[in-house]
Amino acid sequence: MNRFAELLDRLAYEPGRNNKLRLLTAYFREVEDPDRGYALAALTGALSFKHAKPGLIRDLIAARTDPVLFALSYDYVGDLSETVALMWPSPFHARTSPLPPRSGGEGAGVGGGAAGSRSRTETEPAETPPDPESELRTPPRAARVEGGGRSVPGHNNPPPPTLTEVVTTLRALGKTELPKQLARWLDELDETGRWALLKLVTGAMRIGISARLAKTAAAELGDKDPHEIELMWPGLSPPYLDLFAWLEGRSEKPVNLDPAPFRPVMLAHAIENGDFANLDAADFIAEWKWDGIRVQAVSGRDPRGHCVARLYSRSGEDITRSFPDLLPSLQLPGTIDGELLVLRGGRVQSFNVLQQRLNRKVVSAKLTKDYPIHLRAYDLLGEGDTDLRTLPFFERRTRLENFVQRLDDPRIDLSPVIAFDSWDALTAARKDPASAGAGEDAEAVEGVMLKRRDAAYLPGRPKGQWWKWKRDPHLIDAVLMYAQRGHGKRSSYYSDYTFGVWTSGEDGEQLVPVGKAYFGFTDEELLQIDRFVRRNTTEKFGPVRHVVHEPDQGLVLEVAFEGLARSPRHKSGVAMRFPRINRLRWDKPPREADRLETLERMLKADAIEAAAGAGGH
Amino acid sequence: MSHPPDYINEMRPQDILTPLPAGLACRPGGFHIDPVRPVERAVITHGHSDHARAGHGAVLATQETLDMMRLRYGDNFAGSTQAIAYGEELKVGDVRIKFHPAGHVLGSAQIAVSCQGTCIVASGDYKDAPDPTCAPFEVVACDVFITEATFGLPVFRHGDAADEIKKLLASVALFPERAHLVGAYSLGKAQRVIALLRAAGYDAPIYLHGAMEKITHYYESRGIALGELRAVKGVRKADLAGTITLAPPSATSDIWTRRFPDPVTAFASGWMRVRARARQRGVELPLVISDHADWDGLTATIEATGAGEIWVTHGQEDALVHWCKTRGLAARPLDLVGYGDEDEADAAPSGEDAEA
Repeated sequence: MNRFAELLDRLAYEPGRNNKLRLLTAYFREVEDPDRGYALAALTGALSFKHAKPGLIRDLIAARTDPVLFALSYDYVGDLSETVALMWPSPFHARTSPLPPRSGGEGAGVGGGAAGSRSRTETEPAETPPDPESELRTPPRAARVEGGGRSVPGHNNPPPPTLTEVVTTLRALGKTELPKQLARWLDELDETGRWALLKLVTGAMRIGISARLAKTAAAELGDKDPHEIELMWPGLSPPYLDLFAWLEGRSEKPVNLDPAPFRPVMLAHAIENGDFANLDAADFIAEWKWDGIRVQAVSGRDPRGHCVARLYSRSGEDITRSFPDLLPSLQLPGTIDGELLVLRGGRVQSFNVLQQRLNRKVVSAKLTKDYPIHLRAYDLLGEGDTDLRTLPFFERRTRLENFVQRLDDPRIDLSPVIAFDSWDALTAARKDPASAGAGEDAEAVEGVMLKRRDAAYLPGRPKGQWWKWKRDPHLIDAVLMYAQRGHGKRSSYYSDYTFGVWTSGEDGEQLVPVGKAYFGFTDEELLQIDRFVRRNTTEKFGPVRHVVHEPDQGLVLEVAFEGLARSPRHKSGVAMRFPRINRLRWDKPPREADRLETLERMLKADAIEAAAGAGGH
Repeated sequence: MSHPPDYINEMRPQDILTPLPAGLACRPGGFHIDPVRPVERAVITHGHSDHARAGHGAVLATQETLDMMRLRYGDNFAGSTQAIAYGEELKVGDVRIKFHPAGHVLGSAQIAVSCQGTCIVASGDYKDAPDPTCAPFEVVACDVFITEATFGLPVFRHGDAADEIKKLLASVALFPERAHLVGAYSLGKAQRVIALLRAAGYDAPIYLHGAMEKITHYYESRGIALGELRAVKGVRKADLAGTITLAPPSATSDIWTRRFPDPVTAFASGWMRVRARARQRGVELPLVISDHADWDGLTATIEATGAGEIWVTHGQEDALVHWCKTRGLAARPLDLVGYGDEDEADAAPSGEDAEA
């Protein structure tokens, strides 16, 4: 458990993806089965046991500490698990070594000095300067610390639990036995170990690791492609002995027996204007790029002939539980690649509306009724037991049309193709989707997808096969207001920018923050902004700097973004989707930047839809 | 048979040492301890800038503390100076004072002030954990113990510093292409980290930020072996891969770091025990190494002094005062201002915008 805790601890602070991978792979290499397997399960969210409630943790600590000291500590630390991990009074880690020698100050006795061991310094010469040899002597109380942890030397303390022990015990443990078991482990572990244990049992890991990253790290152990692990993943179970045996070259590749496995998703490159010159319009099929979430809907039959249906995110995360209303529609064995949308009265709703359905653990009947979920099909990767991924796209498309027709379900429809015979025609369609077939759904179109007719379905982002041609982003000119230091490689740069637009306030014209962006600029532009921030700081608050923003003084940023939503959490009342710095407007005085009213006008269309959602219809 | 109580001459502890805006004043002795404003006669516990300031008339301190003040402020940092050794006793006015090791940094001392049968110990900053770069802390029996409370909450328990060093070395081994930058206060912590690295068997050259060269060489001149040290200035970026550099904490998130290949930012401090603190600073490798006593150290020390009255200063006074009272000890916060992280004062030389 302590080694796993160390890993979590380090991962929690490491911002870099590649460095996280290194830490994870090193862990999988060093740690043996079955501990590393349970670690992989914990990191991929594959462990299942009843989580402990915060109330239980509170009770445990309340029974062991002074309430005033706990309250002061919790207030300072701010996180319950961490507070408990740090202040837990362990009987095995307590300091029990003898007190250091005392040297009597003259006249001591009023307060009653109990111990009588009188001054070492009275009988020894003064130690100024300390001679190097005596430096290395272990000081009196020191033995307990810089020797062998806090444990009492010579005592036979129980060893801390292994991760395997924790996971397997938790799975079998009844609710009433949990507090006692938890207390025992907390006694045995050190601070970091206790922190990790509490994160694990409360189900609140949140250390910035995706399941995908953990699997990629495992794949690196055997120099394998992470897609291979994705493919077999649904057929594996903790502690993944067969997986690690294969990764270490000790056995054959595990066979995936899952009836509804995830297939690695094919992705597109963004197309640039210059690319068209080298591409022939006749080689491509075009579709709308819908503004929902990309999913893979898989249906298969288990050995007993029962239908198993699952919904995966594009990274392979199983999101079936969030969309129970779609499952009955997935009754034909096959694998659809498509877009999840909310449809009301046959009309595709905006992404803001769809958002109400995302990341829900509990899905109420009201939610499924107010936000009816829909699958718009792009591609067919498998049908029955047949893998279609090696077929050219136009053949898969024909099969998809046929498949959707046979499904004959109002919740699943086909993403229409766009008719075009030249790039000019497609340019016109992209500019005005409403008249090019998208009709009233044009608002939910975020661009055009181009797919080579002969392209096989390949995992990842293969070159030249699929292209995305997004709608032009919205642009506004905003004024830089605050800058914050970045993380990792950017920790010496002011690279996170809060920007604002003008509005009329009580004190006349003022800037109100409307968003924050930390990418979009080039390395050279980052240096320029960083320099500007340092030279034009008006105030500092820790890592945040207030940057001058007056009508005639300041920096105007052209900000690109994909959409707007109302947000009661922002002072301006709006929140941007995917904002980034498009251009630096050194030429523009801040007074000429955009106004809040411009954003509010853009919001209006969406606001009507959102209101309809809140109203329940 | 003892003397009849002499109400006229009996001195209460607060008449011997009194908190005043200038610092802790000893009226019967005619001096201040660690004054934050210029005074006629100052007695200084240790060399950190929040305790040892320039501009006093006469200064009494250990030789090391005096040397450090001279290094920091120049030869004219005080009107006159007097060195005192650990265990040495001196009569000053109507009181007797005696210096005892505080285990905080080289030359750090607790000051025992005795007057008419009452002994008060002003411990300054102290730690009871071992430190190869200074004399070990010594418990002094007294009637009133003045304790710091920098880490005066039970969440602060600093484990074995050697384990933290192991963490650092494991990271250096895992990321040989990156530079490791360890933020550490230039006086005391930096030298302790170097000594701990050496004790862990790390014998490669250790690089230093310019702001810590002088004080580190002073430590060496006092017989503390720190192995091969190099100035980081002028070293090529590529040559810093796989190396360890010590720098003042504020420099580790500054433009200065751009000279290092993909640096891992570490920070050696007791504050690193709390995640939010480490994150706030953008630290990637927090090392819980403190030169102040942790909660267990504070409480064990208070008990060991046998003092019946505890005065608590700079830090988390509330929790420690509360704890004392639950143990039946008279305790109160001593409202002294001007003491805290020495980092703020230490930071200056790095210069936020100092490019190069």
